[in-house]
Amino acid sequence: MTNATGDVQKKLPFAVKDCALITIATGIKVQNLKEFAVALKDVPLGSIYHHFWGRLLRALFDEPEYNNDFASWASRGLHDKSLAEHLSMVIPTDYKDLEGLRQEMVEVVEQHLDESEYVPWAKADQQFHFLKSQIVIFDTGLRYDHPAELVSQIKKLSTGSIYYHFIDARNRTEERHDDFSSWLNGFDGDEFNELTRNLCSMDPYFSSLKEIRLNVSNIFQKFLKKGEQ
Amino acid sequence: MKRQSKQSLQNMLAEYKAVTSPNVIHQLEQLAAPLKGAKVLHINSTKEGGGVAEILHKLIPLKQALGIDADWEIINGNQEFYQCTKGFHNALQGMNQSISEKLLRNYEKTNKENAERLNSKLKDADFVFIHDPQPAPLLKLTPKRRGKWIWRFHIDASKPYRNVWKYLREWIIPYDASIFSLPEFAQPLPHPQYIIAPSIDPLSEKNCPLPEHEIDNVFSEFNLDPELPLITQVSRYDRFKDPVGVIEAYKLASKLTPLQLVLAGGGASDDPEGEAVLNEVKQASNGAPNIHVLLLPADANRTINALQRASDIVLQKSIREGFGLTVSEAMWKGKPVIGGDTGGIRLQVIDHYTGFLVRTPEGAALRTRYLLHRRDKLEEMGMRAKRFVRENFLITRHIREYLTLMVGLTSGDDERINVGKS
Repeated sequence: MTNATGDVQKKLPFAVKDCALITIATGIKVQNLKEFAVALKDVPLGSIYHHFWGRLLRALFDEPEYNNDFASWASRGLHDKSLAEHLSMVIPTDYKDLEGLRQEMVEVVEQHLDESEYVPWAKADQQFHFLKSQIVIFDTGLRYDHPAELVSQIKKLSTGSIYYHFIDARNRTEERHDDFSSWLNGFDGDEFNELTRNLCSMDPYFSSLKEIRLNVSNIFQKFLKKGEQ
Repeated sequence: MKRQSKQSLQNMLAEYKAVTSPNVIHQLEQLAAPLKGAKVLHINSTKEGGGVAEILHKLIPLKQALGIDADWEIINGNQEFYQCTKGFHNALQGMNQSISEKLLRNYEKTNKENAERLNSKLKDADFVFIHDPQPAPLLKLTPKRRGKWIWRFHIDASKPYRNVWKYLREWIIPYDASIFSLPEFAQPLPHPQYIIAPSIDPLSEKNCPLPEHEIDNVFSEFNLDPELPLITQVSRYDRFKDPVGVIEAYKLASKLTPLQLVLAGGGASDDPEGEAVLNEVKQASNGAPNIHVLLLPADANRTINALQRASDIVLQKSIREGFGLTVSEAMWKGKPVIGGDTGGIRLQVIDHYTGFLVRTPEGAALRTRYLLHRRDKLEEMGMRAKRFVRENFLITRHIREYLTLMVGLTSGDDERINVGKS
């Protein structure tokens, strides 16, 4: 069983980490879908990560219409709604790793090109700029031995901590889910199975990190309250 | 730059904590821990006027409060130097403008003199942030440097005039990294190009809350009509800010909706063209009673604050814009912004949510009429705008990214860097 730090262990305390992310230009930009398909095969995997996940730590308006930057560009830059819909339903955790995710994206785009009568293109000022990110992770020193200790602290966690444990974890852990669930799975018996199930069933794609924090906190609170009754 | 006492720096952190949240500041403290004591030097060309100076006035003490030995120097130049760098500025924003050999030699000579004057600080610093093209040659002129050098470019260079960029690029190539405000502005360079948007300081005189009477005072001070809707553009008198287009928009809108316009600007000491543009603006306003063209001193921060708060709508109808701090300033005060559909304004004005993006004076006039007619939308957009700035464009986010960059640069090319306790 893995914990928040990725070590094999049982019932170790939950170690709260925090992170900050900085965006770096890859220098690769495209103006039409054919160029996009070619670039997609070559960009660093960090760029795929950034456009699926890193967006949550960037300036983002409350309710993004699509859940990844590629789909947003297909809609706003190429004005191709059906491609945007296809791309937005590519779920990153369905793939073993980022390379698998990249391959699926390429498939979707190439199939769309095959079916198109012309190559969708964007205006010069609506080009897609492939970005990547550097993520700095630091240990907050906070440790919690039991969910009952953690519950009151969730609302106080920074959005960086929420990103690290709830979003980044999906790309980092073998189970492809959040660190809270991985940690709860380490407890003996099935005491926390329902809590884990509730956490895993939360769709994080359309929420801001603050909303995710609130939802995670509510799920913990509801579960523990139920246990007290 | 004069250093504040330790107590005053701690008080400042406490104030930011109150405006943002305790965990925002706690995160900064943890991120800054591995950089404690690092000598960080920022260099630009002016202490007053313009967004860069404004940001540095707060970024430096904030870094100091976090335990970093931050300092700020400016380079000095003569009139020819600023003529040359204004030429760079225009050319990098896409204007076909050649710069004479004479001006270029003077630019290099000025930088050489400044490199000699600042030599000990430049060579001892762990990080040197060079802002914009004015001091760009300092790196090559400091051969015995030991730190990481980062070139921070603040303007919209998405389509630079090639000849000028080719000249400047040679000075930029040896840097360890560069920073652009938007991905669209990044240029092919052989080092990492970080994307960091600028920010506003919620505690500064320009953005802090003001008492009602101080806001009301601007009506009498500038002979404004308190009964008429007020639209305002706050900007240097610069053609890229399109003040004449704003007057045109006002004239179009006022045919159907009674209103008044304030154009408020000051000069930056490194901008020799301001006066000429101000004259063009005065000519375009042609003495119309409800167009108020104000030339404000560089320290009129509270006045600008009050004007923005007194406005119904704020405009920033630039045709090129690196970022446009005045956009976030207005949004922070709960005002919807009608902005030019360009550069950094796009990052802040989310079309139809926090304001409107427009391409023409007609567009600006249309959206002005709409918002004055639909007060409910105006209020709603203003509230969203404030929230959007709180989340994304305050100085605490800015400094977090600077700290992340510094930690990142000292840790190599790794995409994931672990620091601190484990």
